[in-house]
Amino acid sequence: MWRGCRRLLQGRSSPARLPRLPLVAGGSGPVGPGGGRTYAPPAERKRFYQNVSISQGEGGFEINLDHRKLKTPQAKLFTVPSEALAIAVATEWDSQKDTIKFYTMHLTTLCNTALDNPTQRNKMQLIRAAVKFLETDTVCYRVEEPAALAELQKKEWDPVVAWAEKRYNVAIGSSTSILGPNIPASTKETFVSHLASYNMWALQGIEYVITQLKSLILSMGLIDRHITVEKAVLLSRLEEEYQIQRWGSVEWAHDYDLCELRARAAAGTLFVHLCSESSTVKHKLLQD
Amino acid sequence: MAALGSPLRTLRGLLRELRHASGRAGRPYRRTPAYQHVVAAFRAHRVTSEKLCRAQQELHFQAATYLCLLRSVREHTALHQEYHGKGERSPEEVAGLVGFRLPQQPGGKG
Repeated sequence: MWRGCRRLLQGRSSPARLPRLPLVAGGSGPVGPGGGRTYAPPAERKRFYQNVSISQGEGGFEINLDHRKLKTPQAKLFTVPSEALAIAVATEWDSQKDTIKFYTMHLTTLCNTALDNPTQRNKMQLIRAAVKFLETDTVCYRVEEPAALAELQKKEWDPVVAWAEKRYNVAIGSSTSILGPNIPASTKETFVSHLASYNMWALQGIEYVITQLKSLILSMGLIDRHITVEKAVLLSRLEEEYQIQRWGSVEWAHDYDLCELRARAAAGTLFVHLCSESSTVKHKLLQD
Repeated sequence: MAALGSPLRTLRGLLRELRHASGRAGRPYRRTPAYQHVVAAFRAHRVTSEKLCRAQQELHFQAATYLCLLRSVREHTALHQEYHGKGERSPEEVAGLVGFRLPQQPGGKG
């Protein structure tokens, strides 16, 4: 069996016996010293298109890969309401080099989720899931020791909580107990009614950001443009950053996670803003 | 509002990222829709009679967010390629790590 496999891999067998391998990964890794081949992760799709362009259809903007229209995983036509979002998705597809790495295409994934709604949730269920995160919000959970970390949490997280309390006129507070803060029902109702003002697509994005950052307050800070993405990710990973400063950073784990979290949070925030904005340009005449 | 720094810096960073992001060298990156959209948006919002223009700041925040997205995706892909992209070793290599060799079985296994 091994000989047969090795013959296949070295391409010496006749075409009749060679099975069709249409989706072989592009660069499958170097050949080992004994002639054995390093196994690459299975079947990545190669980039099969040259040009990516955008066109406007009835439902919104569509993406064209060469002449084919892009479809969602459930085979619906991929339409987005906003042109800027379509351009960003097209850039994602265009930036794939030899193979298509779906795990880097966060905006495309978000659009697919919004279009397909695979978990079949309606608007109210999404809002409830998002507000439920407030009970286990990261910035509300404080430690008591080590003292330096407790101090850092107070210094960094208190301003954000204070901002949220002032902006939404609610009481949140923080707690060191394992049960977490006691969020009054009025606070939850305020957030529910605030989130209800966003449309379905923006809500998918908001819920995504909340799940990634593990915090409703930080996500609202991002949506309201109070903090940047880098700052929000830093606050979300505060304890990890504290440990990194103490013990050092491991590039293949810490930086990897940091970049991935930043990418996801940025994609989610951009998605929400592009789905919930409507821009008008008012031209004023120059008075001379 | 978030502390964003200078819009010029954001614009430059964004254009640099777009240059890295254009996969095929067929079309110059200046003709891609993303580049043109970004440049046009920044130009349109440049002139305003108000001192604290909300639309300008919203655009700047969006640009900074998109810059963060492009930059972190690029760094993440580079890290993935360097540390996690090599796949598994073949059985022959695994055997070779401890000094063994797989048996040659001309008739197949069993």
